[in-house]
Formats: sequence, C-alpha cells, structure tokens
Amino acid sequence: MEQEPILQVENLHTHFFTKSGVVKAVDGVSFDIKPGETLGIVGESGSGKSITAMSIMRLIKDPPGKIVDGRVLFKGENLLEKSKKEMRSIRGNQISMVFQDPMTSLNPVFTVEKQMVETIQTHRKVSKKEAIDRAVELLDLVGIPSARSRLKSYPHEFSGGMRQRVMIALALSCDPEVLIADEPTTALDVTIQAQILELLERLQKELGMAIVMITHDLGVVAEVCDRVMVMYAGKPVEFSEVTELFDHPKHPYTWGLMSSIPQIKNRQDRLEAISGLPPDLRDLPQGCSFAPRCKHAMDKCHEVDPAFREHIPAHHVRCLLYEEKEEVTT
Amino acid sequence: MSNLLEVKNLKKHFPIKKGAIFPKQVGAVKAVDGVSFHVRKGETLGLVGESGCGKSTTGRAILNLIQPSEGEVIYKGEDISHYKGEKLRKLRQDIQIIFQDPYASLNPRMTVEQIIAEPMRAFGTPKKEREEKIDYLLDVVGLSSYHKHRYPHEFSGGQRQRIGIARALTLDPELIICDEPVSALDVSIQAQVINLMEDLQKEFDLTFIFIAHDLSVVHHISDRVAVMYLGEIVEVGEVEELYANPKHPYTQALLSAIPEADPHLKRDRMVLEGDLPSPSNPPAGCKFHTRCPFAEEICRTEHPELKDVSTGDHQAACHLVKEVVGSNG
Repeated sequence: MEQEPILQVENLHTHFFTKSGVVKAVDGVSFDIKPGETLGIVGESGSGKSITAMSIMRLIKDPPGKIVDGRVLFKGENLLEKSKKEMRSIRGNQISMVFQDPMTSLNPVFTVEKQMVETIQTHRKVSKKEAIDRAVELLDLVGIPSARSRLKSYPHEFSGGMRQRVMIALALSCDPEVLIADEPTTALDVTIQAQILELLERLQKELGMAIVMITHDLGVVAEVCDRVMVMYAGKPVEFSEVTELFDHPKHPYTWGLMSSIPQIKNRQDRLEAISGLPPDLRDLPQGCSFAPRCKHAMDKCHEVDPAFREHIPAHHVRCLLYEEKEEVTT
Repeated sequence: MSNLLEVKNLKKHFPIKKGAIFPKQVGAVKAVDGVSFHVRKGETLGLVGESGCGKSTTGRAILNLIQPSEGEVIYKGEDISHYKGEKLRKLRQDIQIIFQDPYASLNPRMTVEQIIAEPMRAFGTPKKEREEKIDYLLDVVGLSSYHKHRYPHEFSGGQRQRIGIARALTLDPELIICDEPVSALDVSIQAQVINLMEDLQKEFDLTFIFIAHDLSVVHHISDRVAVMYLGEIVEVGEVEELYANPKHPYTQALLSAIPEADPHLKRDRMVLEGDLPSPSNPPAGCKFHTRCPFAEEICRTEHPELKDVSTGDHQAACHLVKEVVGSNG
C-alpha cells in the first residue's frame, strides 16, 4: 500500500538579503517523506541543507532571510501560511528538531528537569508531576541511566553523548511525527556516534516517526537512510533510494564526494579530490553551479543550468550529461 | 630505517588545585600517562583516539609546547624533553606543528606574506631569501604569489590550512606534528589537503606524526598507527595489520563504529556502553575494563603492558590477548 507523504517540500527558495548581495542559500528544493521513513540530506557546508531544515521549521530570521517561494506541506497544510502562534504549536510538537551542537542547544542555567517540563507543558495540558513522570519516561527511553535523579542535573554535568540523548528526549517529548536531525552526531566521537545512530533507529521503529537526517557524512547516510538527496550550492543535484545512489551514482558531484573519502576496505594510493572551491552563493556561475569544478563539464554546462529530472524511475539528477544521452538515444 | 624520534614513558599530569589564596594540589588530570613509541625517518605515524584520550597533549609534549611531567623524548639520539632557552628555540626549526583550527591558528592582523615569513624572521633568514621562499612555498601548497598581500579572513578553510602548511615548511623541518589538520574541513577539501600533505612528504622527505580521530583518514595516510585510550597507547602496529587484525577490544570497537559508505554492508557492530571515564580518576587495572565487553577479574586489578601480539610489528596492551613470541617487531 502506498502511504501518503507526511511532509512535502515543493520548490523551496530561501534567500538572504545582505548588504553584499542576495545569498541564494536554498534555491529550488523539493522532496517528500513518508511516515517511518528516513530521508538523508547530504552536502558540504554552505550547500543549504541546514537552511532547508530551518525553513521547514520556520526558524529563518527575517530580515535578512526570507522564504521567497515554495510550499511546505505538513499533512496537506502549508506551513508557510501559518501564523506565528499556529507555528509554535506545531514546532516541537508535531515536527521537532535535534541540533548539531548539544553544548549550545540546551540552556546552561536551568536543570534538565526544568527544560523538559517546560517543553511538555507548553504542548500538553498536564500537571507538573505528570510532566516529570513523562520526562523520566523519555530519559529512560533514550538510555540515560538512573533517569529520575539525573533530571536534577544541569547540562554541563552530562557528557557530549549524554547531552545529545537529552536533546533527543526533548525533541521526542510530544511524540513528533517528523524529527529533523541536523548533523546530530557530527560533534561526537565515533563510538558515541554509533550509540546515537542505533538509538535513533530503535526509536524510529518504536515510535514510527519520519526522520530527516541532515549530514555531510556519506557513511552515516549509507547506514540509516532510506532515500537520499545530495545538495550542492543550494540546489538538489541527485535524489534516489540509498542503495541506488551508492550503486549507481549519476551526478559528477556525487562521484567526487564518494571518491574523496578514504576507504578502509581498499586503500587508494591517492584520493580523487574535487578540485577548486564551492562557489560564492551571492554570485553563482552561469549554467550549472558545479561546472567549474566538474571534470566532465562540456561547453554547454557553462551556459545552461540543467533541470532536475527523473532520468531513471525514482532517480533524479541535475546534469546535462544525461540530457545528451537521451537526445542521442531518441 | 632508523628511529628519528623515540618517546619513552611520557607523562603529562595537569594539577587540579583548590583554594584561592594558598592553592593546594588536590589531584591531577592524567592527560598522558606513560606513552612510549618510536617514529622512523620518513614514515607517518598515526595517533588515533577519541576526544580526551591525550593524543594532542602527546603531540604538544613532544614539541615541548607543554613541559612533560615525566619521561624522555629522544630526537636524533638526544633527550629533548628538558631543553630550554636557545637550545629549545633552535630545535623548533626541526620540529614543526600544523594545527587543527585554520581559523584560530593564523593571526588575523597579518598578511599571508607576514605569516609565512615570521618563522624565517625569527631565525634570521635574509630578506631576499625570505621573499623567494615565500613565493616558492605558496606555489608548492597550491596558492599563488598574488595571495601574498591578503589577510586570512579572505580565504576559505582549506586555503587557510594550506597557509598553515606553508608556514610549517619554511624552516625545512624534518618532523611535522599534524594535529587534526583536516578535521575542520569539508570532505572534498579534506581530500585535497591530504593529497597535498602526501606530495609534500615525498618531496621534502618529511616525517609526520598525524593526530586524528577519523580512522579512515588515518588509515589512508599512515604507515603505522597507535591507538590511544585515556592517556595510554593500547595498540600499535603497521597500518594494514592493525586494521585487518585488531587485537585490543577498544580498537575492535572503534573500527566497527566507523560508518562505511556502503548500504549493503550488514555490520556486526560492537557498540560500547557508557562514556569515557574521567582522566583525573581513571579506573584501576586496565583503564578500558569499565567499557570492555570481555573484561575479566584480572583486568580490574592488574594493569596490562604492551606486548607483541603477532609476528609482524604489532603490539597491544590487553590481558586477554596471547603474546606471540619470536616477533621481529
């Protein structure tokens, strides 16, 4: 049975209007996600992956930022048309977010109990005692030992991994249907990262929520995601199922990303790096944004910005290489 | 190959003091607690471990940027751990360091030219020679001479790291301590910098101590690898052997925790319980026993020493691994 998507992003454009020009941080992003699914958004810094997440949550500071075009449909309703008040009741309740840095996303001057009770009472009409019981239940769920006594602790009394667990518990406090995880393991050590990824997978199975996993680590993507969107300079360049993406990557940027990571199984003599630097988002090159760094760039790539097309069923690519082929074959 | 550097039982304990007027020492953070290893000329030794395991402190103690509490650092046959003043200054020409954070390690008020010239000025290189060298080094690290008059904020992270590398090369060092040189960079840029470092190693016949927490990067660049946990080396060996055949349970857990970019891989992951214990109060016996899934009685009481665990160059500090006699390592 084909499930209805719970969240749909259509042609999202988020621009920042700065003194030195318009930064097109997100420039035409579309995707959808179904309940219980994990969607990965990969890209390097500045590719627009975090801004996409912030736009969904309506957390873009205006000015300078503005969502200039697009729709974000949550259960069929456009979040971009909601009032601030309506948005507050959705944020943290039906859609919640886990941030990269567990050190700065908890308030250092309040105990974990206070912060959790506050979140729960904002969205649920419950007594303080019930809220505390719920908090204990959540901390248990995310694997914090002796949860009831740890509630009285301040954030600095937890280690990085434990703090990230607290963040996840906070995000889960109102049974969200969509969890946006923005680089949730980047600040953590590998053994702790493994714990957190395992935790997220377990929680998803138990609670059936959809997860948008934002990361720059293809390893993390391969491990937890069902479908992946690769972003470059504010635009999606490739989008497909995870196995398809790793088995048959189509976009030259995806190729470059994959060959840039050192592999343990077969050690390369030399890494195949992508040459050059990501473009300035205020002044994008004409044609395909990746063309100046692309080994396969043709003359046309510097003139025409390719469309994001489904060249193979369920596999979107933004690249002229494939447009060419189609012309040849037809 | 001869040993360029030998570190013997290196310790760095940071005192914990209490009392505002007459501070008394009430304990110590044992950041590095008895580390011994050697580095051969021309090779890259990888130093891996999680945050707080003492890998950066080890790097800095070798360079005498922090004074070691105990132990010897033998460079070309001489113990340099107690060098002071002019002798220490001279030594720093030979041993250089590249830092992790390309944003914090370059002076924002100096131009690229001044940054790269600084070490040469300190050692009295004539002006003309300095200028030639700056142009040459900028070219070597993949920048051009028109970048000379710019300031660090005008560069991206990867370019800044190139400037840091150029600065480290100015005095023709023999040994460079690379303290997480690529961890702040994006993957595509990371690959560029790793390639550059490998090229430079060949060209200038450099020896690297490569400190990192990313096991795949360390695997790629190193000839030998030492794994640290709570201020100690738990396993050390030739890179292929150590990755293919890890003996210490901590190394095994670390390696199984790396997310690999292969969705078909069905992994049998060994997830460690709990967090790193505090280095101010490390567990008795084997320091890893509190998180080790195989810990036995002996692990709680007796501290394991590094021993040969295969016929190659491969040692581990674990009671549960059999010693292999007749090693040539």
